[in-house]
Amino acid sequence: MSRNTPVTDPPAPSEGDTGRRDPRLLDTAATPGGWWRAAKRKVRAGELGAAPVVIGLLLIALVFQLLNDRFLSPQNLSNLTVQIAAIGLMTTGVIVVLLLGEIDLSIGSVAGLSAAVLAVTVMRHGWPEWAGIAAALGTGLLVGLFHGFVFAKIGVPAFVVTLAGLLGWQGLHLWAMSPDGTINTRSEGLIASLTQTYFVPWIGWAVVLLVLALHLASTLTSEHRRRAAGLPHRSLAETVLRTALLAVPLAAGAWILNQHNGLPLAFLVFVGAVVTLDLVLRKTRYGRMIYAVGGNAEAARRAGINTVLIRISVFGIASTLAALGGVMLVSRNIAASTTTGGGQELMMAIAAAVIGGTSLFGGRGNAYSALLGGLVLGAITSGLLLLPNVDTSVRFMITAAVLLVAVIMDAASRRGRKTHARGGG
Amino acid sequence: MSTPVLELSGISKTFGAVRALDEVDLHVQQGEVVALLGDNGAGKSTLVKVISGAHTADTGGAVVWDGRTVEITTPADAQRLGIATIYQDLALCDNLDIVANLFLGNEHLHFPGTLDEVEMERRAWELLRSLSVDIPDLRVPVASLSGGQRQIVAIARALLGEPRVVMLDEPTAALGVAQTAQVLDLIEQLRDQGLGVILISHNMADVRAVADRAAVLRLGRNAGDFPIAGTSYEEIVAAITGAADNPVTRRDGRQTAGAEESR
Repeated sequence: MSRNTPVTDPPAPSEGDTGRRDPRLLDTAATPGGWWRAAKRKVRAGELGAAPVVIGLLLIALVFQLLNDRFLSPQNLSNLTVQIAAIGLMTTGVIVVLLLGEIDLSIGSVAGLSAAVLAVTVMRHGWPEWAGIAAALGTGLLVGLFHGFVFAKIGVPAFVVTLAGLLGWQGLHLWAMSPDGTINTRSEGLIASLTQTYFVPWIGWAVVLLVLALHLASTLTSEHRRRAAGLPHRSLAETVLRTALLAVPLAAGAWILNQHNGLPLAFLVFVGAVVTLDLVLRKTRYGRMIYAVGGNAEAARRAGINTVLIRISVFGIASTLAALGGVMLVSRNIAASTTTGGGQELMMAIAAAVIGGTSLFGGRGNAYSALLGGLVLGAITSGLLLLPNVDTSVRFMITAAVLLVAVIMDAASRRGRKTHARGGG
Repeated sequence: MSTPVLELSGISKTFGAVRALDEVDLHVQQGEVVALLGDNGAGKSTLVKVISGAHTADTGGAVVWDGRTVEITTPADAQRLGIATIYQDLALCDNLDIVANLFLGNEHLHFPGTLDEVEMERRAWELLRSLSVDIPDLRVPVASLSGGQRQIVAIARALLGEPRVVMLDEPTAALGVAQTAQVLDLIEQLRDQGLGVILISHNMADVRAVADRAAVLRLGRNAGDFPIAGTSYEEIVAAITGAADNPVTRRDGRQTAGAEESR
């Protein structure tokens, strides 16, 4: 029996080769044509990224603007950003759980419970408003850690744990609110200011400039280090171009919001949560561990990752963000009632995550799906409200259709990746 | 002969009433590829698990590492000594890219606790180049790699711990011809870098291609230790099955006879 003759290509590019692009990489973003071909191949291989959502969002905006020209007015868009903040925060929490490949059905009830805790402590027991908010968030954290513990340590499926939570925390919420059905909160003060504060125009512009400067600085530093290490890196022109592309939506947003009242605090809190989560997920070891557990829990465990701790902490984060969403609901309604958080919040939050592009199958997605998905659902709600003779029934059906399209795209892109994986033997 | 880097003698392991390993000996030198052969149920996997610390051997046997008697009771013990095990399922996260998989659980960090992606990618290139492995883009998800490339990533990850003995469980079982060759190349690279390699395989062609020695287990006992050069295929099969008259030789015999008849 003869020795197998190994077949290998000669070692790839030489040491001194800066940029180190492999010739077999068909298309790279180095030239406009290459960029376009690479984009086309990515779409075919199921790596759609945010493109479908952004296109969908633009289409929705176009249609509603044609039906009613008040849709794209600064006032309506400004209200839209405040409206989506509460559910958006809940979506942000759901996304972390979805990345683990799990689901949290309790976020609506947790938001309701948090609203009740806030209203009861502040209005009935006379706590300062900040203490009430802290109590509400703390309640959310404890609830989430409890869910995580029962799921990760005892081994009950997350679906069941959080389904029990859905019922149980709603029960606790009703019990805490009785005998009043509704507790009104103060129309001025910290709680109310969360959704009633708008920043003067220069602050909005300052935020935009700060974000762009930080983005440019961090990209330049990392590309410089990549070049120094002899790794593939982007050219200076490309880095500047990308920052400029980011500047367009940011500046447009700031300009529109400044036409009305200025940048709303509620929207800033929501976007701040999204950006923070994104940085944690992409840049820290903790975020890497979340993706690893969501991708292959057994592999993560063998790599020395404490999967139990990761899971418990993720459920803690999800419920804390849901509780923050509950606080926002109270702030907007200037009241907590027995129905707060018990309506469509849960469905809308999960739908927004999926529409934004976070996979239900775990391990794939990013924090920005909360923003994109939230904007899509918010735009549909707001656009339909501007139309005469259209009620909730139509909104539900349209939302369902959008959700279904998003899930179909998720499933299809999964299949696309599989067939393009060229894997196996 | 130099002292073996890892030497096991008289290793036994019982599960309830089953004696999976009975006084088994095995040794591996630096820069040597030892094929661990045996039929299903011969005790190969149990032996691998004992060496990797997943199972603890019964008392009575001895494990000598670098001339020093040691005890391996946990996977951490084995890793600390410098024994890396690559199981058949590879344990890769399909959604993460190659660099992320290589450094999973061992990430390089910047000061405020953020990931040092540049340093990790640079070291990944360095490592893969030192293995003469050629993967065009280290930032693609592992899901999009071929079976051979996935195997290579799994092996490369094990090498980051700078082990001295690498155990590979059926590394070529699911691979095609070209991919198998890639993995066999890598195994030769490991040997040339002075590592001891223990290769579990059912594929005699692979074994003959890269192994220096074949250690055969049968029903939990040593059934022979052959230098590959100078040992025939039939002798090894006979040791694995325990008889010169076995299904493999009978089948070969029938085929030769059939070929002669049809002539």
